[in-house]
Amino acid sequence: MAEMRREWIVNAVLAMALLIVPLVALWINEPFYVTLATRVAILALAGVGLNLALGLGGMVSFGHAAYFGLGGYVAGIMAHHAFTGLPMWIGVTGSNQMLWIWLWAALLSGFLALIIGALSLRTSGIFFIMITLAFAQMIFYFTLSWPAYGGEDGLPIFVRNQFPGLNTMRPWDMFILSYGVLMLALVFFAMLRAARFGAALMAIRQNPDRAAAVGISPFGVKLAAFVLSGMITGLAGAMMADLTRFVSPAMIAWQMSGELIVIIILGGVGRLFGPVAGAAILVAFEVIFGGITEHWQFFLGLILLGVVLFARGGLIGLLAGRARHG
Amino acid sequence: MAEPVLDLRGVSKSFGALRATDNVSLTLKPGEIHALIGPNGAGKSTLMALISGKLPPDSGSIHFRGQDISRLSVAQRARLGLGRSFQISSLIPEYSARRNVMLALQARQGHPYRFLWPVMRDRGLMDPAREVLRRVGLEGRASVPSAELSHGERRLLEIAVALALEPRAFLLDEPMAGMGTDGARRLTAFLDKLRAEAPILLVEHDMDAVFALADRVSVLAGGRIIAAGPVAEIRANAEVRRAYLGEEEGA
Repeated sequence: MAEMRREWIVNAVLAMALLIVPLVALWINEPFYVTLATRVAILALAGVGLNLALGLGGMVSFGHAAYFGLGGYVAGIMAHHAFTGLPMWIGVTGSNQMLWIWLWAALLSGFLALIIGALSLRTSGIFFIMITLAFAQMIFYFTLSWPAYGGEDGLPIFVRNQFPGLNTMRPWDMFILSYGVLMLALVFFAMLRAARFGAALMAIRQNPDRAAAVGISPFGVKLAAFVLSGMITGLAGAMMADLTRFVSPAMIAWQMSGELIVIIILGGVGRLFGPVAGAAILVAFEVIFGGITEHWQFFLGLILLGVVLFARGGLIGLLAGRARHG
Repeated sequence: MAEPVLDLRGVSKSFGALRATDNVSLTLKPGEIHALIGPNGAGKSTLMALISGKLPPDSGSIHFRGQDISRLSVAQRARLGLGRSFQISSLIPEYSARRNVMLALQARQGHPYRFLWPVMRDRGLMDPAREVLRRVGLEGRASVPSAELSHGERRLLEIAVALALEPRAFLLDEPMAGMGTDGARRLTAFLDKLRAEAPILLVEHDMDAVFALADRVSVLAGGRIIAAGPVAEIRANAEVRRAYLGEEEGA
């Protein structure tokens, strides 16, 4: 019980820190750090999605960039058509409304996850990792060679899409929007984990034979979790496209899938605020060591090695102790 | 004569040239404990896997309460009321004893797709879980992760999880394994009463327990049933003695 309370304190501190850093940055007139905090929030959101599959369900997807990138392209393509006025498909025009774009980003990512999941969840272990990677690579090469939306040059979003009541071109507005969505996703994750669905999912990760023996079919539960996971990561992709005002095949590259896994491992696999901690570490490294050397990922690699060898629970595990499930 | 709850008809399973289960027919009738014994390598584990649904039979059929379940998955058979325990404790290690039982309860109560209501505030799971743990004497250990329970406690939790399913038949795979004399005696007394709730197909090495509990005994050797009948008959059977003696010579 003491450990539970400690984890809640750690979580609250992280949530507050992510809010206070951009506030201070705004106050001392450094909007760059507001945008960095927004980047942390959106990467963390993508991580919450992956954490659902990887952390709770034990499905090590090495292809979550597919959903991240698909979400990004949904935002880019819809904005492109809204900007040019050209119809997308038979009469359907684009949109520059984030809520509408998010809905499609989540639905299409979920649909993609349903197809990929249905095919790859028949395998496990290294085969699952390789199949999810292969699917993501297929989509990566498709976007690379599809000239309609920029091909390998990517697709710019000239003006950020809009959200009612906010001016999304202002850094703070974009931050608070991303932060709000992240917090909602975290609440959803926490509720899911505590509910029957989460209980079944975590049980399947630990012992699929036992879950089946009490009447829980592992495949269906895992597939449902995989779809939800893809939807959240796809939503994050749409937001990231709006933050950087640019989508390119790089969002779908295997390095992006790897980065999402690194976020989860650094923060703490299966921990509620693991993706927040992990995304913060990743972005901090990028900024601090990226300014010194272009080989900053070397230092990230060292930290990752340290976490895997000495702190399997990631930053949250280090600060809050082991996870307990009543 | 009551209809058998579980009815195996000529079930066979081969792995390459090895006939691990060779034309096995057996029944489990209401209210009885039917013990399945045999030396190591006799095919008991394969037969359990066939009945539970982990392996599909090559030929023959398995009927459960009048329904052919030969092609159903493990989870589907469990939902129909086949409650099994594992030979080597197979629990959810990070879950407390209580949550292991709750998992079985939630599966029995319906589909697991309830996304938002927290299980720890679910009276429909918490209350019956407490009751089941009390029955096996684990109520004081409800919050302990199953990985931290003693061996004997884990064996009891295996039984508790099977009880929580309120099955129509129990499939117990060496419940006494490693229990110690005292624990085995108490578990024997418990299983003796349990047969009134649902019949038990019992795989067990502990011969004292088998002879104390079983109404009928089937002896498996080389994948075939070499003898079947009431306890006294099996005790006196020469072929059975040979099967066991043969194992001791080989060991």
